[in-house]
Amino acid sequence: MYVAVKGGEQAILNSWRLLAEQRRGDAGIPEITLTQIREQLGLAVDRVMAEGSLYDPELAALAIKQAQGDMVEAVFLLRAYRTTLPRLAASLPIDTSAMSLQRRISATFKDVPGGQVLGATYDYTQRLLDFELSNGAPVAPAPAAANALPAAADIATLMNAEGLLAEESPPADDAEPPDLTRDPLTYPAGRALQLQNLARGDEGFLLALGYATQRGYGHTHPFAGEIRQGAVIVEVVPEELGFAIEIGEITVSECQMINQFAGSATEPPQFTRGYGLAFGASERKAMAMALVDRSLRAGELGEAVTSPSQMQEFVLSHSDNVEASGFVQHLKLPHYVDFQSELELLRKLRARHFAGAGTDGAAT
Amino acid sequence: MNENSRAGGYNFAYLDEHTKRMIRRAILKAIAIPGYQVPFGSREMPLPYGWGTGGIQVTAAVIGPADVLKVIDQGSDDTTNAVNIRRFFVRTTGVRVTGRASDATIIQTRHRIPETPLREGQIIVYQVPIPEMLRWLEPREAETRKMHALSEYGAMHVKLYEDIARYGHIATTYDYPVIVNEHYLMRPSPIPKFDNPKLHMNPALQLFGAGREKRIYAVPPYTAVRSLDFEDHPFEIQRWQHACELCGAADSFLDEVIIDNEGARMFVCSDSDYCTQRRDAHRRAVA
Repeated sequence: MYVAVKGGEQAILNSWRLLAEQRRGDAGIPEITLTQIREQLGLAVDRVMAEGSLYDPELAALAIKQAQGDMVEAVFLLRAYRTTLPRLAASLPIDTSAMSLQRRISATFKDVPGGQVLGATYDYTQRLLDFELSNGAPVAPAPAAANALPAAADIATLMNAEGLLAEESPPADDAEPPDLTRDPLTYPAGRALQLQNLARGDEGFLLALGYATQRGYGHTHPFAGEIRQGAVIVEVVPEELGFAIEIGEITVSECQMINQFAGSATEPPQFTRGYGLAFGASERKAMAMALVDRSLRAGELGEAVTSPSQMQEFVLSHSDNVEASGFVQHLKLPHYVDFQSELELLRKLRARHFAGAGTDGAAT
Repeated sequence: MNENSRAGGYNFAYLDEHTKRMIRRAILKAIAIPGYQVPFGSREMPLPYGWGTGGIQVTAAVIGPADVLKVIDQGSDDTTNAVNIRRFFVRTTGVRVTGRASDATIIQTRHRIPETPLREGQIIVYQVPIPEMLRWLEPREAETRKMHALSEYGAMHVKLYEDIARYGHIATTYDYPVIVNEHYLMRPSPIPKFDNPKLHMNPALQLFGAGREKRIYAVPPYTAVRSLDFEDHPFEIQRWQHACELCGAADSFLDEVIIDNEGARMFVCSDSDYCTQRRDAHRRAVA
């Protein structure tokens, strides 16, 4: 006999306890600490900070631990916490040309002022599983010189001098940029809003879209003009002081993608830019973001809009993994009522079909 | 996720007062322009998008300590998502909760309107997944906003007409399009069309919240809500050949339940409160 579904509350409580137990794993194995996550899973921490839009390695580590390493879940946890934080001040724009560089490469010039700096990268590691690592082998200290690099002018500025690269100046009114996290996204969105959206967008989504542009879906002829990674100073101007004070330092990855542009009726042929910026060492994300940013400028530059990565609404409305994950997974929720309605309709349609009834509306 | 961490450090109803005021302003605007989708600065909530964050924000913005809250999903107070949302408000507000529609001052719902008629002073908050009625016809927001501004709803009529031409009747069974106050085309959220007549001239305030899509809209009390139809194909609601096998109701929306491995079915009220009350009344009458 049918028993009405009850006991949801108890089931939820039990589920929490099961989850806590599963998260902890074998109690005979030492529990992982936040410091270990922060120090040894740093790139995971960086991704969670970037997509969680909150620079706090400690909290990101906590989110990763709480989510058992599920990155999208960790991003969600960090975002839900972030919403509750008061806005004390807005920082001044960070100056990435004054970055204390950990890594800086250009694929467009063999040498550049300030030099090419490989830094720490997986690029040339040959991807052989390192069985030594499984036993926790001691690590030899890295050469020290890599720590004190001079600030280097960015390559875009150097190219600008010759007029080869389209000027990127603030809009005439230079209005306060909108805040995506406070105001709803409306279309068409300006570039500032677009970049905010991409900066917190899902790395996988942007990677796939950026990749698609390389394969011909909205091709932009990109060159990695410059990729830099390092620490920048964050400053605010407290109202009562009236001058900037330094409140801390954050690590960011920046990518200036340089793209061919044939020119238009009003613009001479020149290079144009796509821009990527992400918290932490998130180079793949910054590059993908730069590709998509440039691709989305198709309308503004008078290029034909034919591919999803050129369509602002398509990209910006679907880039957020917290939104996407929630809505995809909401299909787990009960849909008895809608489904019942569809069942009833389908039976009606099938009855008509098998009765050989005409499909002419006038017949009913 | 500790059971005992009773919302320490969070404001009443989770959201800070500035955010609540922003949402209340959007609600007021929505009430002033019935059926119009007001963009609002939807916040990231500690529940997933698509699971009722819009409804939760609306409820959080209007709820006070004296309110009595009912939360239903698919008509039932006991489905896990309804339980979870109710727990959220109990944790963050401490308000009284109820299963009885008539006792509640605020009812948050997903996919149903209670069978018990609502009354003046009550607020019903709908969780909305996709607020834009024209979305399947025109995916671009910039376009659909224009269509609303011009009341350009021909595409929707054509869609319904095509249903009739193909199937002999309109083949939309839930989320059935309505015109509010003879102006805006509105998506009633995925309630079955069975519930559409309850939207019309309802004495309660009806608020709709879409968190992920960042929109709020409203139907003020006693507002005309018309389900789209044609003179020769008038709007009709679903009817069952069965009555509820638990309470005998012949006027309620029924869920079909599979009760054994042979696939035997039974039909029961989707509104668990309505069903329970009818059974209790019957038991009292017999006793």
